Amino acid sequence: MEFFERFAVPHPSPAIYASMVAIGLTVIAIFAGLTYFKKWGFLWREWLTTVDHKRIGIMYLISAILMLFRGGADAIMMRAQLAAPENKLLDAQHYNEIFSTHGVVMILFMAMPFIIGLMNFVIPLQIGARDVAFPRLNALSFWLFFAGAMLFNISFVVGGSPDAGWTSYFPLAGNDFSQSVGTNYYMIAIQIAGLGTLMTGINFLATILKMRAPGMTLMKMPMFTWSAFIANIIIVFAFPVLTVALAMGTLDRLFGANFFTSNNGGMDMLWANLFWVWGHPEVYILILPAFGIYSEVISTFARRNLYGYKSMVGSMVIISVLSFVVWVHHFFTMGQGAFVNSIFSITTMAIAVPTGVKIFNWLFTLHKGKIVITTPMLYSLLFIPLFTIGGVTGVMLGMSAADYQYHNTMFLVAHFHMVIIPGVVFAMLAGLTYYWPKMFGFMLNERIGKWSAWTIGISTLVAFMPMFFSGLDGQARRMYTYSEASGFAIWNMISFIGAAGLAVGFALIVYNIYYSFRYASRDIGSDPWDARTLEWSTHTPVPEYNFAKIPQIDSVEPFWDQKKHGKKLFEGELEKIHMPNNSGIPFIMGILFFLWGFSFIFAMWIPVIIFTLAIFGCMAYQSFEKDHGRYIPLEEVEETENKLGGNR
Amino acid sequence: MKLKRALLLAIITIATVLTGCEPLTVLDPKGPQAAVQANDIKLSIGIMSFVVLVVFAMLAYMLIKFRASKQKEDYEPPHIEGNIWVEALCVGIPVLIVAFMSFVSVQSNYKVESTPPGYEDKEPLVVYASSSNWKWHFSYPEEDIETLNYLYIPTDRAIEFKLYSFGPITSFWVPQLGGQKYAMADMVTTLHLAADHPGDFMGRNANFSGEGFAENTFDVTAMTPVEFDEWVEEVHNTAKPITEEEFVGLLEPGHLGKMTFTGTHLDFMPAPEGEHAGHNHGSSDDEESNDDHEDHENHDEHSEHSGH
Repeated sequence: MEFFERFAVPHPSPAIYASMVAIGLTVIAIFAGLTYFKKWGFLWREWLTTVDHKRIGIMYLISAILMLFRGGADAIMMRAQLAAPENKLLDAQHYNEIFSTHGVVMILFMAMPFIIGLMNFVIPLQIGARDVAFPRLNALSFWLFFAGAMLFNISFVVGGSPDAGWTSYFPLAGNDFSQSVGTNYYMIAIQIAGLGTLMTGINFLATILKMRAPGMTLMKMPMFTWSAFIANIIIVFAFPVLTVALAMGTLDRLFGANFFTSNNGGMDMLWANLFWVWGHPEVYILILPAFGIYSEVISTFARRNLYGYKSMVGSMVIISVLSFVVWVHHFFTMGQGAFVNSIFSITTMAIAVPTGVKIFNWLFTLHKGKIVITTPMLYSLLFIPLFTIGGVTGVMLGMSAADYQYHNTMFLVAHFHMVIIPGVVFAMLAGLTYYWPKMFGFMLNERIGKWSAWTIGISTLVAFMPMFFSGLDGQARRMYTYSEASGFAIWNMISFIGAAGLAVGFALIVYNIYYSFRYASRDIGSDPWDARTLEWSTHTPVPEYNFAKIPQIDSVEPFWDQKKHGKKLFEGELEKIHMPNNSGIPFIMGILFFLWGFSFIFAMWIPVIIFTLAIFGCMAYQSFEKDHGRYIPLEEVEETENKLGGNR
Repeated sequence: MKLKRALLLAIITIATVLTGCEPLTVLDPKGPQAAVQANDIKLSIGIMSFVVLVVFAMLAYMLIKFRASKQKEDYEPPHIEGNIWVEALCVGIPVLIVAFMSFVSVQSNYKVESTPPGYEDKEPLVVYASSSNWKWHFSYPEEDIETLNYLYIPTDRAIEFKLYSFGPITSFWVPQLGGQKYAMADMVTTLHLAADHPGDFMGRNANFSGEGFAENTFDVTAMTPVEFDEWVEEVHNTAKPITEEEFVGLLEPGHLGKMTFTGTHLDFMPAPEGEHAGHNHGSSDDEESNDDHEDHENHDEHSEHSGH
């Protein structure tokens, strides 16, 4: 029995037991359903072993939406707890666990897969490629992310959640002050998912550099591809820092090392530095592809080319460089003195300049346009004012002397939510709505879509604007309760109403998916938005090989030129097409990594050794396996093309 | 239209609530450092509101003027690559704004990191503020006094806080006197504050430090120099000296009320600065805490003692 005690939750509550039951029932239901409908084979052949970037992208998106609801449930619980002073809904320990997992889930398991999912689906289509550079590696990236996400998510029912904040500062996260396995989950789950992200970074750099259609020079790439290109460069530079920091943290927690402890030569500040050397660029990894989505959407629905293409690219390059030289602004208050703070204060505020350039370019793209307000456009138009509020408060936070007053307060919380929600989440919702017809062959309902966009937009303001005030009034972040006398109650009540509004908005999106799935027309053609870039030039549904003939590019908007000026995009004869084979190895490695991570978290060394060997076994098998892919015969290509409505 | 009305209603509600409120704590400074910060904050709110208004106005103009419904059916938007002058303006003006704000920011940095102006004639009062889970210990080496969870300061002198922690990273924050700074286990940080007038202020740990974080607060009272001296004298007449065992007992995780002692823990457990800095500190604590537990029962009498 002693062996099993370690898996018990240290701070159980009825809600946690209810979750255990719910998780158990869901898993049983899924297995029973798959068996009853005889879908195991289908699932294995079409999804679990797929190396098709479109399907991997869709799996990323589904995971992201699931995690959005997990993180959102955390958020609602937090806002409910703080809605009234001295509230007894949650105790301190539960509140601490919830805000810790909210942060990790939303950034690493919601925003990242959402961005990577869209990149997966869109980039090869946008550059005229048939898949990514390393399709099997891409599948491995997904399954590693998924293993990490699942591992992190079982923490609250097996062994206890991490409770030291999403930043997990040492020594609080060290063994002295955090004895449960929660922080082990943090270290190992993020490590596994992070390895997946690093592979994605390498994969997409190779894809974008080597697999563009002939004629598409770098300066003719669509803006989303540019933004993803830069984001992936940042991934490749930033994620190794996280890998190392997490490895050091793991050594501290499980092997008695002293990298971040406050005795025996450890340095707690080192963790904070390493974390933010990764953590700040991470923000731009999220926001740059989001900017790319907005560029595509705004240009499409202003019916105009994007204004200032070169300065858009230039500003992203500058942002990517600056993103690595501002990390100290996350702890101006660490006591490094006026000189160091001054330098990082200036670099921080400098980021406002390239970001401002982008905002103005979007505004000038609207100029002389013919603006059609669709749901994706509505998100983009809501993004501009809300993100501006979030952005300028970022400049305020960059003034380091004043930051002594903002730091660790709700003002900061308000700032980063006003940046990340309008910046990243709106972009993902815009991107999801925009690319939905390309993914699934029907459009989401515009009326419900606009309702959800307005609900989410207004609720964002209602939820987060009060935090600016309560922060300036002295409310520290991460407090599970406050007194009546503090005067914070009114702000937190308004925030709670906003949070509830956000929940309604997201529920509307889910309803929209259901409604549109049932009632939407399937006869929408392949270019329902009258768009401008290459991804809309292929069929809907997109055939597995994307393009039967590789397009010839000579401008930034080749598809628009084809439609308006009659330029030929696809020339030449149909040929047999070379495609990669499916593989079960990435999925199996995902499972092995999950089991390896789980054993590692609980320091069960014999299984750790077994799974380590098994993982290396998979890698060896993969290395020596001779798989040259397969050819889709010409007849099959012709047949598919004819079925999908003509040769493109 | 309904949604727009709802938005308007929300804005009006927020505005009403705002006008009905006391001034926000941070914008109601009671000391020179907090005043510097409040001025920076107000200045940046002003400049940034202007930026926000410009963006809102441009967006509104574009949306009103260039909606498809406002244009002819056959209108074809032109192809515009960009304009070097317009783009230079979009870079130039933000650069000027950021340069100005950087100028202000750098100046303020040096102000808040030094003894505040007007207080240079007297030596600052040095107070060691150390945190343990979830309490604040204030040691006055000059007065030879130690307090727990409350802080008395005179108004005629600047205070130089020496901050460190017996546990996780914490952040010492008295919003009305000035911004916060971290307290860490292996080094001492310095925070310069001063109070202009007598008064009571809220102080707290602002950096998340575990289960008892929300209640990790302390009270600050600023008083005239005469009152401060009287208090020091009273403490020396009435409070008991702090002993090592007793102090180690205080470090145990939990919440305690206000306490007052003569002497400081710095005598037997020096702050992690100078030769005690960094890496040779910390391990000795454990041995001492296992010493004689019977002595700890005496704590309660001290906690009842009041100097206020």
